Amino acid sequence: MGYKVGLDIGSTTIKYAVLDEAGRLVDSRYERHYSHILEKAQELLAGPIAASCAGGKAAVAISGSAGMGLAESCGAPFVQEVFATRIAAKKYQPGADVVIELGGEDAKILFLSGGTEVRMNGSCAGGTGAFIDQMATLLKMAPNELDAAAQTAQKTYTIASRCGVFAKSDVQPLLNQGARPGDVAASIYQAVVNQTIAGLAQGRPIAGRVLYLGGPLTFSKTLRQSFDAALGLAGVLPQNSLLYVALGAADYAAEEFALCDLAAAIAKKGAAGAGVYASQPPLFASRQEYEAFHARHLKASVPRAAFGAECGPVHIGIDAGSTTVKLVVMDQDANILFTSYQPNLGSPLPILRATLQKLYATHPGLEVASATATGYGEELVRAALHADYGVVETVAHFTAARWFMPDVDFIIDIGGQDMKCFKIEDGAIGNIFLNEACSSGCGSFLQTFAEALGYEVKDFAALGLFADRPVDLGSRCTVFMNSSVKQAQKDGASVENISAGLSISVVKNALYKVIRASSAEELGRRIVVQGGTFYNEAVLRAFEKEMGCEVVRPDIAGLMGAFGAALYGRQRAGQGHKSSLLDAEALAAFSQTVQSVRCGGCTNHCQLTVNKFADGSRLVSGNRCEKPVTGKADAGGRNLYEIKRRLLAAYEPRPGARGSIGIPMCLNLYELLPFWHAFFTSLGFAVYHGPFSSRQLYLDGQGTIPSDTVCFPAKLAHGQIKALTGMGLDTIFYPCMTYNLDEGLSDNHYNCPVVAYYPEVLAGNCPELAGVRFIFDYVGIHRPADFVAKMAAILKKHFEGVTKKEVQAAADAAYAEYARHMDALRAEGARIIREARAEGRRIIVLAGRPYHIDPEVNHGIDSLITRYGAAVVTEDSVAAYEQKQPTSVLNQWTYHARLYAAARWCCAQPDADLVQLVSFGCGVDAITTDETREILQRGGKLYTQLKIDEITNLGAVNIRLRSLFAALDEKQRAAAAETLPGQERT
Amino acid sequence: MSQVTQTAPAYPKFTKAMKATHTILIPNMAPVQFAIMKAAMQHAGYKVEVLGNCGSSVAQLGLKYVHNDTCYPALLVIGQFLDALQSGKYDLDRTALLITQTGGGCRASNYIHLLRKALGKAGYGQVPVASLNFSGLEKDSGFALTLPLLRGLLAGIFYGDLLCALRSQTQPYELHKGDAEAKTRQWLDTLCGWVGRGQGVSMRAIKRTMPLIASDFAAIPKKVVPKVKVGVVGEIYVKYSPLGNNGLERFLANEGCEVNLPGLLGFVEYCIYNMAETTRLYGGSAASVLGPDALLAWLDGGEQAMRRALTQYGYHAPAAFKTLTKLPEGIIGMGNKMGEGWLLTAEMIELVQAGYENIVCAQPFGCLPNHICGKGMIGRIRALYPAANITPIDYDPSATPVNQENRIKLMLAVARERLESGEKPGPGAAGQAKSEGENPFYGELPRLRHTGGRTAVPARG
Repeated sequence: MGYKVGLDIGSTTIKYAVLDEAGRLVDSRYERHYSHILEKAQELLAGPIAASCAGGKAAVAISGSAGMGLAESCGAPFVQEVFATRIAAKKYQPGADVVIELGGEDAKILFLSGGTEVRMNGSCAGGTGAFIDQMATLLKMAPNELDAAAQTAQKTYTIASRCGVFAKSDVQPLLNQGARPGDVAASIYQAVVNQTIAGLAQGRPIAGRVLYLGGPLTFSKTLRQSFDAALGLAGVLPQNSLLYVALGAADYAAEEFALCDLAAAIAKKGAAGAGVYASQPPLFASRQEYEAFHARHLKASVPRAAFGAECGPVHIGIDAGSTTVKLVVMDQDANILFTSYQPNLGSPLPILRATLQKLYATHPGLEVASATATGYGEELVRAALHADYGVVETVAHFTAARWFMPDVDFIIDIGGQDMKCFKIEDGAIGNIFLNEACSSGCGSFLQTFAEALGYEVKDFAALGLFADRPVDLGSRCTVFMNSSVKQAQKDGASVENISAGLSISVVKNALYKVIRASSAEELGRRIVVQGGTFYNEAVLRAFEKEMGCEVVRPDIAGLMGAFGAALYGRQRAGQGHKSSLLDAEALAAFSQTVQSVRCGGCTNHCQLTVNKFADGSRLVSGNRCEKPVTGKADAGGRNLYEIKRRLLAAYEPRPGARGSIGIPMCLNLYELLPFWHAFFTSLGFAVYHGPFSSRQLYLDGQGTIPSDTVCFPAKLAHGQIKALTGMGLDTIFYPCMTYNLDEGLSDNHYNCPVVAYYPEVLAGNCPELAGVRFIFDYVGIHRPADFVAKMAAILKKHFEGVTKKEVQAAADAAYAEYARHMDALRAEGARIIREARAEGRRIIVLAGRPYHIDPEVNHGIDSLITRYGAAVVTEDSVAAYEQKQPTSVLNQWTYHARLYAAARWCCAQPDADLVQLVSFGCGVDAITTDETREILQRGGKLYTQLKIDEITNLGAVNIRLRSLFAALDEKQRAAAAETLPGQERT
Repeated sequence: MSQVTQTAPAYPKFTKAMKATHTILIPNMAPVQFAIMKAAMQHAGYKVEVLGNCGSSVAQLGLKYVHNDTCYPALLVIGQFLDALQSGKYDLDRTALLITQTGGGCRASNYIHLLRKALGKAGYGQVPVASLNFSGLEKDSGFALTLPLLRGLLAGIFYGDLLCALRSQTQPYELHKGDAEAKTRQWLDTLCGWVGRGQGVSMRAIKRTMPLIASDFAAIPKKVVPKVKVGVVGEIYVKYSPLGNNGLERFLANEGCEVNLPGLLGFVEYCIYNMAETTRLYGGSAASVLGPDALLAWLDGGEQAMRRALTQYGYHAPAAFKTLTKLPEGIIGMGNKMGEGWLLTAEMIELVQAGYENIVCAQPFGCLPNHICGKGMIGRIRALYPAANITPIDYDPSATPVNQENRIKLMLAVARERLESGEKPGPGAAGQAKSEGENPFYGELPRLRHTGGRTAVPARG
């Protein structure tokens, strides 16, 4: 037998292994291919591989996700990479039981012993090498530095690892709050471990001899240690751990090729087949077109003045964004004197301090009239540097854009991490669109790809300007985009065309995912685009092309937040105001210490970050209530979510002759607990219900979730089962319910498929239920008359001696208790509304589903709103005020009918506004959100949507809510100014 | 402030008169079945066109005019309509659209409304949309499902399912490439001709014709060698539509597999069955069960004839619907009726039992019912049938074929290895391979408990 070659082409790297006649590994290589797959493969085959093989001939097999197309084109056999790993593992590590292999974008677990099985991450799963790379970029570290930093960790934080976008929104606030980079690094590895074990093992235990393979596990000691700790064993990193796929492919290879011929075939494909991919028209038809475009945008600039000694009092605007810190100094006439734009390196304060110190040093006697902070780090900057004012980002951006174009009617800002768009109606912010957790596609997105392909982001973007056939990459989140790029690479698209494709996809993401616009007319004709990403001319051009109109991009596009903040301060300060900003002396003495503590104020046990500064001031963040700050918690009297929770918690078990029964607190049982509690109590059962969910409860049940894309509230059901069985309950009741009660607000009264049938998933996937009597029959409470007979028949299957008469009595009690509970809710809602009106508070209908009251589902958004002074009521408490009305969608779900009714109710109330909670992955809400928005818009109301998932980052939620309140205040001021001309309102 | 009354925007109705003036466009889902169904509609007096446009602009238009989190079939179907209307091929004042509505608790019942919204936004507000449904929705439509039309449509399903089954079992083994496809085309032409003239649509004619078709296919020279057998189940649109599943059937065929796509008839029977089952589960008049049950019995007659025609000529016949209703016992409840519901689970079990143990479970990304009846049941089926080699694949505007194909190839690699080694982990084999102490959740068979017919036993593996 001759030489054998295995070539493994992954998403980021290319590897090969050459085995000689005796099966010895004689040559191998592992390197990044920077998407030059064809060239690289050709070069390696014709060069080092051919040189290592006697006579330049060898049996060849190709593997790896990017190798598929290559194999097809050159006629070499392809072997799936997991399969190749298995071949290699069986050969080189015959005693291995389990293989854990992490690659660039794939994560795999192979069970070798006891029923061979391979598990691969789904299309929506992070926790891979690309994820770690992304996080390292965020921390401004090289991957090896990340590992070294993690070795110094003292503690870990909880980071969502489902996809990079979510993790970013957990990591960024940690950094902004001053968490130690080492701790964050270790937390990132921990997140990968959790994701791999929970997402892939799905309940099947990992035990015995475990092999670690692939880049991330080879290079990161911390990652291996984290796996060891989580699995309670010592895994093995075998020799050649990077090459297992290549080794397996080599072993699989049987057909002999002349290596030069193979390389030639690939070269031929590179020449002929290249470019068979979906493409779009180029950004510019010609150089001249570009020149004209470039010249037009040069015109949009702001006046600047010399920053001399005679500039007079100045106003400083500081925008502490998620990845950058921006600072603008302007004079009394709004001429820009000085600007600064710097990466925040994970902590904005040292940078700001240095910048300000330099300002004071170079301009002795500088008279600061006002300093205003905005952006993610607004609170930190205010607390640490004593800025006079804070302004929510959206308002800052609007202020800047309006100064630039007084009649602007649409603003879109694409920054490093977030995207903000708002429509201006009657001189006030109308609709606000922020990117949700899943629609990234911002500046850092381009940056990540640029770096992955080995470019500086600036050069990378410029490459795309004259691309002839930009790749059509669609408009999805980063995880999907990774595989789209992979596909494009496979199809032989050039880096230029990939770059242009990515720029276009950023724009499509903004337009179709965030704004949901279908034409320029919808946005308005006067559009200002801003944010650092628009410095990128490819993105700017793509935006104009996609919308079919010309827009204005100020030359300070990346500084608009800071510029707006400075303008805001200038307006607020008035004549003769002197800023409280730290002076040169105080800055010199400035110091900051960061401490992370767990709050003991209540059972939430929030992870608090406490910043202390030299002058004794401090900033507490991460809190869900005011208790750690003021020592007093809000009693929750104007929060119907809280009241609902208390009402439910009051359903306690009463000892019964028939034993105990457990009810999980999840999905529709958040509403039906009173019903079933009364029902089973009447039958003589002690009814126990699960606890409100928590992070730990979620993690406890995470391992048995079969579909990683189902909504978070459903996932929590697994933890509920674990909790109930942990309580020692031997009977658990959770019925399947196709139909909900008909409240007369809709055409039909279904539950959504997940709510209706989730018990089936639990029955089929939760091993804890093995010794438990789990009753999950199909039950219809929508037909009270039939319910008794049907329920009696069901109970007869499970219990002896339950008579129909007893069931009748129990049903009567159940319907009565349910009605009483709902009445109590509505009465409380009415009281809250009445009191809010008496106190002049805003009323927010926080509209979701019954399970959105779960604190782990809503992340405390309800109490966040009350902290802003508003009162919170639920959709089900106001829906009953409305009659059924036609909708332009099929109104067939009971819970969603309440949502539409609540929206209509808000339209008729001057002081009530609706905020919709949408769980990520709720397919039904893809339909309800547009309908709710339309109802509110027809009624002249703002629509605010908060998308929530397992993430706990409240930063974006805060911006949204503050923007909403700012817009409402503005509207109120405008209305007051109209009705009372000449009179000033305070 | 006064009460705000709101009315939803009005949309044009499909009127009776439009039958004469308008061309009705229908999205393409199952190409063979839909071709015959088109002939049935033409016989009923409608001008019909089944859309064939499938360029990248289809998905792009869908993304542009429909909420991006809506399921993929809605994006594609609506995108395909808009792309057709934009093409300039149709007189917009004489064109109507037809879309199906299942009326269940899944999002699919809302497609028609999303389509109307999208038409309005795209500037085609004048184009009427008709609904094809059995649930009494859209009662004011001029599109009437008359008995003759219904018979024609059902004939399309019977003949189409048969042709697909014959083709897919012949093609991989034919000696002369293209024979099975040519035979399919030839019969499709014949059948469309018949149905277009109103012939061959009675149950008697269907029963008489099916053996003729089967015998004709059986005459194609073949060489039967062992091949990897793959079944495809899933959300109905992405299961059948090449546009929705990136040409899944073709991909599998190119990989040298024999592909089994359970027919459309099962889904029709499932919808009918659920009407009666709903009454049985939750109550209602006894009479409301009679209609569906009688209809099912009638369809069963045709189905049995199809099975006889197939087995008579040496083909594998898919299990009858009656059998399918027995399979989910102890795995999923028969009340699970949203989307493909219990039928999807039943089809997976049937495929495994019939030797098609390698299965692609196809669904749109985030498909709500499939969280339960698809992905949620795979573990359980694997535990009961260790030979089951099932891979769930998500479809989405940006999910790339390379990712999907890579996962399917993994499933195929395992399948090929088993085929070559002759190893087939049956329930017994798994029992031997696995001692209970080693892994408590693997290969364990469910035990019936006192909780009645349904069991709640962990199924992991």
